[in-house]
Amino acid sequence: MQGAIDSTTAAAANGHAVEAHEEHQDLRVLGLITFLASEFLMFAGFFAVFLVFRGSNAEWPPKETEVELLLPAVNTLILVSSSWVINLGTKAIKKNDLAGMRKWFGITVAMGAVFLVGQVYEYMNLGYGLRTNLFSNCFYLTTGFHGAHVFIGLVLILGVLWRSRRADHYSSLAHTGPEMAEIYWHFVDVVWIVLFSLIYLLTLIK
Amino acid sequence: MFKPFNKTRFMAQAEVSIKPTEDQGGHGHPDKWKWYDYFTFNVDHKVIGIQYLVTSFLFYLVGGFMAVLMRTELATPDSDFLSPELYNAFLTNHGTIMIFLWIVPAAIGGFGNFLIPLMIGARDMAFPKLNAIAFWLNPPAGALLAASFFFGGGAQSGWTSYPPLSEITANLPQTLWCLALIMVGTSSILGSVNFLVTIWKMRVPSMKWDQMPLFCWAMVATSILALFATPVLAAAMVLLLFDINFGTSFFKPDAGGNVVVYQHLFWFYSHPAVYLMILPIFGIMSEVIPVHARKPIFGYKAIAYSSLTICLVGLFVWVHHMFTSGTAPWMRIFFTISTLIVAVPTGVKIFSWVATLWGGKIRYTTAMLFAVGLLSMFVFGGLSGVTLGAAPFDIHVHDTYYVVGHFHYVLFGGSVFGIYSGVYHWFPKITGRMLNETLGKVHFVLTFIGTILTFTPMHQLGMQGMPRRVAMYDPQFADLNQLVTVGAYILAVSVIPFYFNVLWSWRSGKEAGPNPWNALTMEWTTDSPPIIENWEVLPVLTHGPYEYGMDKAVQVGPAGEPTEATQV
Repeated sequence: MQGAIDSTTAAAANGHAVEAHEEHQDLRVLGLITFLASEFLMFAGFFAVFLVFRGSNAEWPPKETEVELLLPAVNTLILVSSSWVINLGTKAIKKNDLAGMRKWFGITVAMGAVFLVGQVYEYMNLGYGLRTNLFSNCFYLTTGFHGAHVFIGLVLILGVLWRSRRADHYSSLAHTGPEMAEIYWHFVDVVWIVLFSLIYLLTLIK
Repeated sequence: MFKPFNKTRFMAQAEVSIKPTEDQGGHGHPDKWKWYDYFTFNVDHKVIGIQYLVTSFLFYLVGGFMAVLMRTELATPDSDFLSPELYNAFLTNHGTIMIFLWIVPAAIGGFGNFLIPLMIGARDMAFPKLNAIAFWLNPPAGALLAASFFFGGGAQSGWTSYPPLSEITANLPQTLWCLALIMVGTSSILGSVNFLVTIWKMRVPSMKWDQMPLFCWAMVATSILALFATPVLAAAMVLLLFDINFGTSFFKPDAGGNVVVYQHLFWFYSHPAVYLMILPIFGIMSEVIPVHARKPIFGYKAIAYSSLTICLVGLFVWVHHMFTSGTAPWMRIFFTISTLIVAVPTGVKIFSWVATLWGGKIRYTTAMLFAVGLLSMFVFGGLSGVTLGAAPFDIHVHDTYYVVGHFHYVLFGGSVFGIYSGVYHWFPKITGRMLNETLGKVHFVLTFIGTILTFTPMHQLGMQGMPRRVAMYDPQFADLNQLVTVGAYILAVSVIPFYFNVLWSWRSGKEAGPNPWNALTMEWTTDSPPIIENWEVLPVLTHGPYEYGMDKAVQVGPAGEPTEATQV
């Protein structure tokens, strides 16, 4: 359903919206942002723990648990640019370009999946595990929690894609779902930027 | 304080409800919920509020029962009634249940959910399904705590669960305990998202921020606190879980970990948690006192903003729980000062309530008795809080019964009195029937005497050096401990008239009518109990919430028709 939306479709979309309790559209976005503000504080807790241990240990990270830098840097690039890609998707649906939205959301899913695979690959090649020492405790816990959030983000985007198989589900008038998936994806991205700076980049400063 | 108000109260709005009814092809709700609807995943905020209240009042009995058993043990210096392990499990779960499954869900979940939409003229909360999910996280959390008793005798390291103790005793029960806390924490966060968005966006258009009932302001402050503090507790619980079960060493000093980090994370949540437990109660006070004193609230804005101030300052006081944890001197000074600052906005509230009572036409209803009782108790508990906020004195009485006495004064004399007051005040709205006032007064007198007898001697015991969290103690403390135990038994007896009153009145109490107290806030403009969706036609606000005795206002009489009230 490309092109200008006719009044019948608009009415139908509206009628659908009311039925599914979508008279609170903007509220759902607001609710999600409020929730994510709270969620961020949980990561802040983990970051604080990491920083405390970094400050109180002479050697951080210890010799046997150095972090890999190249792969995570590539991963960062992928995740950060995927935030831009998903934004193209919501921009498309706001112009009623459903195919465009599906395309960009699909690419985002692929990029997110590459990120996760890269993360797992990194885990498998590090040569140390969760229990090795205090640094590896922090490392795996924090990146693992972030990875879980990336996974949830992927599920949300796939959910949007699944719902968008019905041509009239999302339109320029009803796009809260894609918008929320996008906001969540940005959240995952922002958390990663902080995480990457703390756990990876800070190791460059001795 | 408010603009002069229009004499016609709540005018009908021009537009009527547009929800299609059953015969119009819509899936209309039933007119009334049946009893079994209260046991299901129901999204009506009133049903959820009642679910929260009833569940938490059940947990109150469980936690109270544990307290009675502990006090029986402490009636004699020797450990001769409970095994020490069981005693530890009871003291841990008494604290956990009373905080996370009694006061928090009753005050925030119960009153918050039932009242907020009614007070701001909304038909429901912003996210009804999320609301129901938040409630249904609570019973499983309780079940986990119960299960922890069957799989290893219950967690034993106190409600604070400090490592290393929590990592070397009763691992499986401690794990279940952590999971339970994560669940109630999640519930609390989801609830707070709902409250904030609802109060922010769903007020009737005619209601400005400074015309909201003060309970709503209190819930705004509560929700902000819960949003920012609870996730940090979740982080602490996750780390503790990993330490216990997955071999990490965040809090294991022998492997480079640090136990004080846990204390920081824990108290970053758990100090604000005491404000979570008292701010909604302050809101209840600000509603009950003007209605039963027939006077406008004194200092509306001062009370509203002091809630926000407590919320803000309350985020920066947590280290006062850790004055003896090797805390640096500059931190002791900083956190002593920030702690003492909290007394200022709290004092603003206390003085405002006293000024509201001053010269009022006070009706000594049970709700009012509990509110005034709370005032006296809370002033005392607040003062002992100020003494504890000062690092030198705190170090002297740290981990003694003085601390136990202090926080029971504010949590029992404060929060529990407030919940009682709220129940006596809003029971007519919730059920449509009045509670029996005579039984209520018996309940109040027993509770008041019991509270003083139970918690006052604890201060003395603490000053003399009796440590908390012990099943055996030095015989020199026996006399006062026996006094405390007698007080605890009186408190145990005091709930009997209350529960009987509630159960009996719910079925066969006097019909209440929409507005038995002649109150002016919006929840009293609809039926008791309110219809599903709250109003046929949404009300329009034409006056502030507390304009008692300022003019001859048109009141909605017991039968629903407007009547001239001489003394509003």
